[in-house]
Amino acid sequence: MSNDLKQDNPSSETTDTEKKGLSRRSFIKAAGAISGVAVGSGAITGFPMIWAQNIKNITLRQFGTGVSNLNAISEKAKEDLGITLQLTALDSDAVAQRAVTQPNSWDIADIEYWICKKVYPSGVMQPMDTSRLSNFDKISPLFIDGKLTPESTIAQGTAPHTVGFVEGKDSTAFAPSPTNWMTLIPTIYNADTLGIRPDLVGRPITNWRDIMDPAFKGKTSLLNIPSIGIMDAAMICESMGEIKYGDKGNMTRAEIDQTIEILKQAKANGQFRAFWKSFDESVNLMSSGEVVIQSMWSPAVTAVRAKGIPCKYQPLEEGYRAWGGGIGLAKHLTGLELDAAYEYIDWYLSGWVGAYLNRQGYYSAAPSTSQKYMTENEWGFWIEGKPAQSDILSPDGKILDKAGAIRDGGSYTDRMGAVACWNSVMDENKYMVRKWNEFIAS
Amino acid sequence: MHSPTKLSGFSLNPSYLQITPLSLVILFFLLFPVITIIIVSFWDYNAYQLLPDFIFENYEFLLTSSVTLKAYLNTFYYAFMTWAIALIFGFTVAYYLAFYIKNPLLQSILFIVCTVPFLTSNIIRMISWIPLLGRNGLVNSALQGTGITNEPIEWLLYSDFSVILAFVHLYTLFMVVPIFNAMMRIDRNLVEASIDAGATMMQTILHVIIPLCKSGIAIGSIFIITLVMGDFITVRLMSGGLSASVGVLIYNEISLLQYPAAAAGAVILLITVLIMLSILFRFINIKQEL
Repeated sequence: MSNDLKQDNPSSETTDTEKKGLSRRSFIKAAGAISGVAVGSGAITGFPMIWAQNIKNITLRQFGTGVSNLNAISEKAKEDLGITLQLTALDSDAVAQRAVTQPNSWDIADIEYWICKKVYPSGVMQPMDTSRLSNFDKISPLFIDGKLTPESTIAQGTAPHTVGFVEGKDSTAFAPSPTNWMTLIPTIYNADTLGIRPDLVGRPITNWRDIMDPAFKGKTSLLNIPSIGIMDAAMICESMGEIKYGDKGNMTRAEIDQTIEILKQAKANGQFRAFWKSFDESVNLMSSGEVVIQSMWSPAVTAVRAKGIPCKYQPLEEGYRAWGGGIGLAKHLTGLELDAAYEYIDWYLSGWVGAYLNRQGYYSAAPSTSQKYMTENEWGFWIEGKPAQSDILSPDGKILDKAGAIRDGGSYTDRMGAVACWNSVMDENKYMVRKWNEFIAS
Repeated sequence: MHSPTKLSGFSLNPSYLQITPLSLVILFFLLFPVITIIIVSFWDYNAYQLLPDFIFENYEFLLTSSVTLKAYLNTFYYAFMTWAIALIFGFTVAYYLAFYIKNPLLQSILFIVCTVPFLTSNIIRMISWIPLLGRNGLVNSALQGTGITNEPIEWLLYSDFSVILAFVHLYTLFMVVPIFNAMMRIDRNLVEASIDAGATMMQTILHVIIPLCKSGIAIGSIFIITLVMGDFITVRLMSGGLSASVGVLIYNEISLLQYPAAAAGAVILLITVLIMLSILFRFINIKQEL
């Protein structure tokens, strides 16, 4: 059935192609990166487990942003469950658009929480019955009540737990507290901060405002993706003491104006060397020494280090800007396909995937289940923040860190417990994008 | 003149048949897309979809925003600088090839040599400048190594300089080819006559050669102006995202799925370029020269 849908839907395909070469390109890029990763993954074998047999030969179409659309995962799912996963990677705006406008073109959506906030209320998804998920209680409390530890404060922005539950099976309104109906099962999440060149900054970096230090004039960079760039900017402005935000994830027009004004001023003073848009641009800026401090993503830091160039993902006093995604079910799934989807999600939480993601420096939904799929050394390094006992290898066997190294920012609780703000989409998004363009063109 | 018979005028006149393929190509690959863009530019949009409508909001914002003005000024500046520099280089190269190389074989070989860089991709040729011009790049290390400067020159990369440099590098050949072509068709006797009449080399160039290869210059200018006006990737990569051209603005809107706004931007850009070209055509009658 899903195959038919796929093929007899030429109109939807044309809208996609006309949409952009960009999504296709980023897809190819993701596929290329993933195929490399997939090679090494064969080495890790899970415990033999008998999964339901009647769901064999079912095809589920999963689409999402590419971070977690990993071929290695679909191969392993085929092996363990017999389900065929067709993966499609698009960029996040295209994902949001397609989720709403072509709800029959996908079975499982792999979307970020802020996309969920936009997409779920339109009624194209169905919630998951948590009693059917045997690993539900293993899911990190971050996604249940927003508090990693009982003492943590709840971060600003689209915190996952605020859009994680709905009242009932047919409800599209988010529930203020956990219910039996979950919208998304978390897949990948992480905490972002500034990357620095410890050999070139010449002083300790402790705050977001350090990027505006005149000493680094012409040696800094921000990322030029408006929805994320504005939040890094907000972290900076708040750290400078210039602006106090009500909610950095949902600014008022006045707050946006003020923030952009500060950025424009800094740009006019020559504070920025460049703005980057893609992962590799940020790697090149850092490794060539064009910039010494910039907003960065954690795999980019790893990539710089892999070239033998020192680079640190610097934890900062004000905390991290976090992002996260999850998978959710399409409204039209019923019967055997729905069973298969539940089976897949339960499998997703059962540990192998989590270990695979943890090993890349991301975090997984149910950290405790992945422990048995990781070596003690790996678990200690990635999750507990302990010094590595021996070299830390990436899934494709490259050395990421040498024995003795400690993960920047420390343990899972240290990092995810210090989230100041989650990625989000603002009510004033259109206005913000226009102001951001003004800043770039200024 | 052949006049078609009354009954079946259309089918009998073979020229109608002959222009059919071209008309169809133009219809489907030029007129149809342009009309679609014009229609979409009046639509409304939200975060998820395009809403068919007839509103002027896209144009209203575009034409009143200071960002648009800045981007246009920037783009004109890039186009003008690139055009001027490419003209000087292009003319010099073409002149040398056409008048100083007497051996036709050598002439052809040198001409082909000029096109060799085009065997690699646009983007690669552009990106290759980055390690060369960077703070720790080859140029800066050489300058510091020889003691000419003490500290790295920052404006070499991620500046207007690097953008224009890349444009000139990418597009000068589009100037060389048409000018060379026009020069090859100049009657050599005219040049001789000019020299016999006592004109200096400079005077010959100014009063004989330039007027006679005006058409080549015009064609080259059309290429460069349209290429630079519509570019976004060179500006984005070579300015490090620090400056915006009209193309960059359109690209930004497309990547945020704001197609109607992008379409409006494209329509205005199209009109601007058409006006520029029509001014150019006022000076030269290209049809006559071809």
